[in-house]
Amino acid sequence: MNEFKHIQTAHCENGVTVNLLQQKGCDFLNEPLAFGMGSGLFYIHIPFMKVNGGPAISFRSMPGSIFNRTCKVLNVKVERKKFKSRIIAKQYLDNCLNNNLSVGCQVGVFHLMYFPKEYRFHFNAHNLIVFGRENDTYLVSDPVMETTTSLTTREMERVRFAQGALAPKGHIYYPASVGNIDDALIRSAIIKGIKRNVRDMLYIPARVTGIRGINHTAKKIRKWREQVGPRKAGLFLGQIVRMQEEIGTGGGGFRFLYAAFLEQASERLHNDQLIGISEQFTKAGDLWRDSALQMAGIYKGRITEQKDFDECADIMNEIAVVEKKAFKELEKIKLQ
Amino acid sequence: MKKKELPQDKSALKNFTREVCYVKNDAGNYETGLSQGWEVKSVALDKAWEEIERRTEEAKQDVLAGKESPISYFIELKLMDLSVVAGYTGFRRWQIKRHKKVRVFKKLSDKKLQIYADVFEVSLDDLKNFNIE
Repeated sequence: MNEFKHIQTAHCENGVTVNLLQQKGCDFLNEPLAFGMGSGLFYIHIPFMKVNGGPAISFRSMPGSIFNRTCKVLNVKVERKKFKSRIIAKQYLDNCLNNNLSVGCQVGVFHLMYFPKEYRFHFNAHNLIVFGRENDTYLVSDPVMETTTSLTTREMERVRFAQGALAPKGHIYYPASVGNIDDALIRSAIIKGIKRNVRDMLYIPARVTGIRGINHTAKKIRKWREQVGPRKAGLFLGQIVRMQEEIGTGGGGFRFLYAAFLEQASERLHNDQLIGISEQFTKAGDLWRDSALQMAGIYKGRITEQKDFDECADIMNEIAVVEKKAFKELEKIKLQ
Repeated sequence: MKKKELPQDKSALKNFTREVCYVKNDAGNYETGLSQGWEVKSVALDKAWEEIERRTEEAKQDVLAGKESPISYFIELKLMDLSVVAGYTGFRRWQIKRHKKVRVFKKLSDKKLQIYADVFEVSLDDLKNFNIE
């Protein structure tokens, strides 16, 4: 077996993408680039879905889409498989490993034993790399961990066949063949990634997504105290903060990560205007952190007045203005 | 966020991992930094767990008072919702809702109860008689 190089990243799917593609010779790839090419930045207040009775919000595009899109713009062929049978799912994984192939796996975290109990919820869109097997133990590279780890055969089956929303069904994926990637292709991948992200944040005709989604949540926050009482409303805010900051967003709900991407894009495309836009996303990220701080005041029970909820909403409205301006300017820049 | 502002607060990440954050260095460029945690987040997580414990206790009292079947309690204890239970047991959501009723629960076959017991990781006896520590 070749020496396996573990790469730690902020977000699990970025990490799997970067690691698997680097193994296929994409040395240039790093987390911000993969995130940007995959148009990872997003906002959605998911309608008709409640988590513990509270809001379900995502600051990134759909699970799986970053890997997919990044591979697509780099002309990489992707192999994916889901399974009904646990036995066949195991055989397939073992087969890949026997052929010295590292693969990405979608897993649920509730039975992921190397996570501390505090983080083990029934969340099924976590990603990790399986890179080898020793007797009854699978060797695992989980991008959010500082080092590699492992799972027993039984544990592996449990996490691959976790149940509930977004059940992984043994989902395995990996880049099958990578063509010739030259500088021109990298540049075009960056540009495609940016354009698609502009579209996703500005032009999806729905109230709950993109910039409009941010304002949509703000509007709801103003009503919560009245609707469900301060205690529960505080819990809802805590839920937003966890979705925004908890393991894997790189801080500020992925906004800093996107700013880092634009910084790299500016260098690769020799375009100084992008640095200015990067600054705006840094500002947006800082505002998201401010908003989390304000929300924390509420769920800690330190401040509980209506005006305190209004202030959270005000910050979010301000964020919407900043991000809208940034994306509008990004749209206007001629990239080549 | 500047590198020197990266929070290093005590959190549940301890003995688990430090997480990668994107921060600006002194030269104004992005680089990564490792954070042990941020108080704002760890309080949010603590509060979520307090709520889980509160709901579990509430469910326990309901079972003891004969208002709900033990299934209601174990669902809360294992942080599940109907779709998770449905996935693991193979029962339909409406069936699970019925099984939460004491009247229906009492008539369930051992075969069906065993399915629940396995998913909740308790013995059949403990599930039936609601033996919890």
